[in-house]
Amino acid sequence: MTVLRSLARHRLFWPAAVMAVLLALNVALTPSFFSIQVRDGHLYGSLIDILRFGAPLILVALGMTLVVATRGIDLSVGSVVAISGAVACLWISELPEQNSVAGVLAALGIALGVALVLGLWNGFLVSVIGIQPIIATLILMVAGRGLAQLVTGGQIITVNSGPYRLLGGGYWFGLPASIIVALGMVAAAALLVRRSALGMLVESVGGNPEASRLAGIRSRRILVVVYAWCALCAGLAGLMISSNVSSADGNNAGLWIELDAILAVVLGGTLLSGGRFSLGGTVLGALLIQTLTTTVYTLGIPPESTLLFKALVVTAVCLIQSPAFRARLSRRRRPPAPTAGRSQRDAATEAEVTA
Amino acid sequence: MLRRRMAALAAGAAALMVAAGCGSAGGSGGGDSITLGFAQVGAESGWRTANTKSVRQAARDAGIELKFSDAQQKQENQIKAIRSFIQQRVDVIAFSPVVESGWDTVLKEAQRADIPVVLTDRAIDSPDTSLYETFLGSDFVEEGRKAGRWVTEEFGDAEGTVRIAELQGTTGSAPANDRKQGFAEVIGNDAKYKIVASQTGDFTRAKGKEVMEAFLKSAGEIDVLYAHNDDMALGAIEAIEGAGLKPGEDIKIVSVDGVKDALQAAADGEINYVVECNPLLGPQLMDLVKKVAAGEQVPKRVEVEETAFDQQAAEKALPDRKY
Repeated sequence: MTVLRSLARHRLFWPAAVMAVLLALNVALTPSFFSIQVRDGHLYGSLIDILRFGAPLILVALGMTLVVATRGIDLSVGSVVAISGAVACLWISELPEQNSVAGVLAALGIALGVALVLGLWNGFLVSVIGIQPIIATLILMVAGRGLAQLVTGGQIITVNSGPYRLLGGGYWFGLPASIIVALGMVAAAALLVRRSALGMLVESVGGNPEASRLAGIRSRRILVVVYAWCALCAGLAGLMISSNVSSADGNNAGLWIELDAILAVVLGGTLLSGGRFSLGGTVLGALLIQTLTTTVYTLGIPPESTLLFKALVVTAVCLIQSPAFRARLSRRRRPPAPTAGRSQRDAATEAEVTA
Repeated sequence: MLRRRMAALAAGAAALMVAAGCGSAGGSGGGDSITLGFAQVGAESGWRTANTKSVRQAARDAGIELKFSDAQQKQENQIKAIRSFIQQRVDVIAFSPVVESGWDTVLKEAQRADIPVVLTDRAIDSPDTSLYETFLGSDFVEEGRKAGRWVTEEFGDAEGTVRIAELQGTTGSAPANDRKQGFAEVIGNDAKYKIVASQTGDFTRAKGKEVMEAFLKSAGEIDVLYAHNDDMALGAIEAIEGAGLKPGEDIKIVSVDGVKDALQAAADGEINYVVECNPLLGPQLMDLVKKVAAGEQVPKRVEVEETAFDQQAAEKALPDRKY
């Protein structure tokens, strides 16, 4: 019982619980939901789909987590997704031999390079010029979509390249390549921020940039690095999305993914007010969102009510995650509330999250 | 090609500057040649780009002076463009409304200035039909019916239930609503046709693939896939292949639009039937413009000439396909 209680107190308990409920709902309606078969030498099943389609969102949200930890936000990730896919597909479509591995690698490198430059631009605007993050990245969010369409010439560029397909639609060791890459990036990020001082510096800049600066932290440099990292993650996600369908769609690729990414970050327990973040929570949040999407398809919810259904689930997760809400619920059941002091303090942090 | 894109970029920037300075340069019209003001939606898809090219080309061929404006998918831009056409006293205004409502005021201004208006491709939702002369566009319901008819012919002799999966367009958009309705009308006559899964794929390849993957796992056996546009069908083909099935054989596919990639897929045997939604309405538009400018009576609703492709027809049409 005490184990259960301490488990329930874990920050990620409630998102995980909702995920379990969603999965159970799927199994109840589609008994074969958990079945994983081997087809054409790779794993095949609904759970694998969730991982595969969730991978780009995990990446975007991973980059977003660090930005949010510095009390910032990056709205331009969707445009970066579109641009990097467009650049890569344009390059590959001009290759004399689309299946050449060297050519595809060059395309990936160029696309990621472009993404990095866009990230540096965001970082420059935020840290050097001092524009508020939401405005600074809004510029690229709007302009970037146009840029992507210029690159594709307003058309959908279709490529036919085996090596390029691998990244988003292929398999390594029977597992989707995209999820391996995404988890690799998560592991790299975790190592970097938790095994070096970087994570602490990021949290410190997010907690109080002025105090951090006075303490001798080069907060400008940290901010630039964080925005560049976020754009790099988004660029990689863009390559996956476009590789998965072997085409680049400047108009629709990554549309609104910034909102899903922010949602994943928040569901994972990272404070929008900066200063504290959880990479594991973000991964869980992203997978929860993808599970929700898959559930909509499996349940056959009519498209008109899809958004409503998603909104209800997300609201439920947010409410149930809030200690203040839970305290109120249990108080209604059991009149005496011994933990009132604690829940009030938590309510204050919760108010910060929602603010 | 890369260099050409860069050139296009530079040209685009230059055009922006020119556009900013040319608001007052009007004053044509009234001469012997017809001036047409055309307010396009934007350049949001390959279909739209082909549509724009067709209008420009047809105007040149017909000797009509074209004033072209790109609204970048914003109604306010389109209203501004129409106002500037009125100021410039063009002979005819044509436009593809970005959204269905909110046009009454600006169209009344055109009416007062005695400039006839032609709607292309999309209709407006106004009780006052005197605001425009005619609407030239595709009949999305008929497109849905054509797809439905193909399914009933293909599976006419089939015994047992025919299990259909449907990939819908963007929820609430006119093509999605109408293509769904037309299809349902035709297959609704026979109880053996059953839509076992229907979900929106947002008209995109990525969503089409994602939704189809889920259908393949949750909807049981699927005999036919009906996609509201080609892009979703192209995405679904990849999902079907990923499941170890053969698109076009194990699961028959019918889609709407007729873009080049889809005709290629049909020629390769992966799509069975493509219903055309023709963006090349330029020549028909110029005919109407001439008639309207001359004060002739035209029908209130003109349909774009459209066809449909089975696999042989697709192979034949492929070399001339521009979009």
